[in-house]
Amino acid sequence: MLTQLSASELAVKLRARECSVKEIVEAHLDRISIHDLTHGAFLSVCAKQALEMADSSQARIDSGETSPLTGIPVALKDNISTEGIPTTCASRILEGYVPQFDATVVSKLKEHGAIVLGKTNLDEFAMGSSCENSAFFPTRNPWDPDRAAGGSSGGSAVAVAAELAPLSLGSDTGGSVRMPAALCGVVGFKPTYGRISRYGLVAFASSLDQIGPFGRNVDDAALLASAVSGHDPLDCTSLPDSRIDVSDLKSLSLRGLKIGLPKELFGPEIQPGVRDTIEMAIEELTKEGVDFSEVDLPSINFGVTTYYIIAPAEASSNLARFDGIRFGPHVSGQGHVENVAATRGKLFGHEVKLRIMVGTYALSSGYYDAYYLRAQHIRGMMCEEFNRAFQEIDCIMSPTSPVVAFRLGELNDDPLALKLLDLCTIPANLGGFPSLSLPCGFSEDLPVGMCLTGPAHGDERLLQIAFAIEQALPWGYRRPPMP
Amino acid sequence: MMIMTISMEEVRHVARLARLELDELELVAFQGELNALLGHFQDIEGIELSGIVHKFNTSSLLNVWANDQFQSGFNHDQVFRNASVTKAGLFIVPTIIEE
Repeated sequence: MLTQLSASELAVKLRARECSVKEIVEAHLDRISIHDLTHGAFLSVCAKQALEMADSSQARIDSGETSPLTGIPVALKDNISTEGIPTTCASRILEGYVPQFDATVVSKLKEHGAIVLGKTNLDEFAMGSSCENSAFFPTRNPWDPDRAAGGSSGGSAVAVAAELAPLSLGSDTGGSVRMPAALCGVVGFKPTYGRISRYGLVAFASSLDQIGPFGRNVDDAALLASAVSGHDPLDCTSLPDSRIDVSDLKSLSLRGLKIGLPKELFGPEIQPGVRDTIEMAIEELTKEGVDFSEVDLPSINFGVTTYYIIAPAEASSNLARFDGIRFGPHVSGQGHVENVAATRGKLFGHEVKLRIMVGTYALSSGYYDAYYLRAQHIRGMMCEEFNRAFQEIDCIMSPTSPVVAFRLGELNDDPLALKLLDLCTIPANLGGFPSLSLPCGFSEDLPVGMCLTGPAHGDERLLQIAFAIEQALPWGYRRPPMP
Repeated sequence: MMIMTISMEEVRHVARLARLELDELELVAFQGELNALLGHFQDIEGIELSGIVHKFNTSSLLNVWANDQFQSGFNHDQVFRNASVTKAGLFIVPTIIEE
C-alpha cells in the first residue's frame, strides 16, 4: 500500500514511474476518509487543491525535476498560514478566517512541488500538551483511540503515525512537536531557533516558537527540515545561511560518541516503564560504543516554571491582535473596548484565556521583576549550563515525555500535571537548541520517545546522531494497530 | 522576593487589562487556577542569580535591517476579506468619540 511507504520510498517510486502523484494523493485521501472520523487528525482536508497540485507536480517529475519532495503529500498544523485555505489555530476566534498569504514554509513546499493535503488539529493556539484543547474536537492516538495524541501538534503527529500523510509540519514552543511524536511513535524534530522561518506561523511565544517536521523515520524528518529551512528576509529572527544540509546524514558512527544523561530528567516524574525503555536503549547503544556520562544541569528543575512565565507573557502580547475587527467572528458589546472584550471572552477557550491572564499578570506593574525578569535570568543561567555541558558532550539524552499516552480527560483535573509533561522538552526551547524525539521502544504496548538535544546550530550533527541511533534500535518504530 | 496570592479584585483588574470579558463563574475558576500556578512559581524564589545575564531571546542576531525598497503588499480587497463588518471599504467599529 502506498500509504505505508515513507516519503523517501515514495520519491523513489515516483522517479521509477512505478506510481503517479495522483495515485499517491488519492491513496492518502481515501485513507483519511476512512480513518479520520475516528482519529480527528485533520481540521480541513484540501482534496480539490491537492489533486490539482498533483497534476502540476506530476508534470514537473515528467520533465525531469529532481526534488525528493515533488509529489509528496504533506499535512500542515492549522496555525501555519495557507493562502485560500482556512487557518483556525483550532480556535473559534479564527473560525472562517482564510489567509491571503502563504507562510514561508508553505511557499517553500510549493516550490519543491510537495502537495498540501490538509490542515491538522492542535490545542487551541498551540497551548497544551494533549491536543484535547482544540475548540472543535480532540485528536485521538492511533495506538489507542481512547488515549491522547499529545500536543500541541497532535493532529500532525497522528497524520504521520496513522499513515494519513507521509510527512507533516508542526510547531514547537515547549515540546509541541516532540511530545506528540513520542506519544504517537514517530520522529519529531525542533531545529535551532531561527533555522526555519516563522513568517506565517501564528505567533504564540515568539522567542520560543519554532516550526518542525514529523516523519516515520529520521531520514524523512531530515528531508522535510532541509526543504523548509533557510534564511528568510520576512522573518527578522531567521538566521543567515540557515539551510539544514542533510546530504551527509548517514555517515556517522556511534563509536566514541559522547552523550550526557541529565539526572534531573530521570527523576521520580518519569514512569518506570518509560525509564526502563530508555535504559534498555542506553544499554544497547553502549554495546555499539557510545560513551554515556551523567551531566549536571540543575537549572532544568526551574524549566517548567520559567516556561510558564515567559510563554504566557509573550502570548498575552501576541494574542492582543485578536480583536474581532480585522479578522474572525465578532461579538457585540456596549462600546469599542467592550466589543473587543466580549469577542475575546466568548471566543477564546479556557486554557488560552488562562495563559493570557497569567501573562498579563506577570508583565503588570509590580510583578514584572518578580516573575518575568527573574524567569529571563533563569533562562540565561540555563543557556550557560547547557553550553558548558556541550563543550564536553555531543548531545544530551532523556525521555521525551515522562509518561506514555494517557487516557483522554485523565489529566483534566490536574492542570499542573499536564504542564509537567513538558519537563524534558522545555529546555531546548528556552535555550534555542535543536532537539528531536525518536521512537525507541514500547511500554504497556504504547510508544516511548527518546529526546536528543544538541548545541545551537548543530542540527546536522544531531540528525546524524539520531539516524545512527535509529539504525541501532530497529525495534523503535512499529505500525500502530489499525488496518 | 515576595510572591502574593491573587485577590478577586486583582483577577478582575487583570481580565480588564487583558480585554477579556469573563462571567462570575469564570472569574472564580481563574482565581483558583492563577493562585495554584503562582504557588508553583514559588520554586524560582530565592535562587541566586547574581552575575547571571538575562536572556530575552536566544538569537545571535543584532539589528536586522531591511533595504528601503518598495514591495507590493495586500490590495484593498485582500485587506478587508476577513473583516466581519465593513462598509464603503472601511472597518466598522463602535463610535469611541462622543458628539
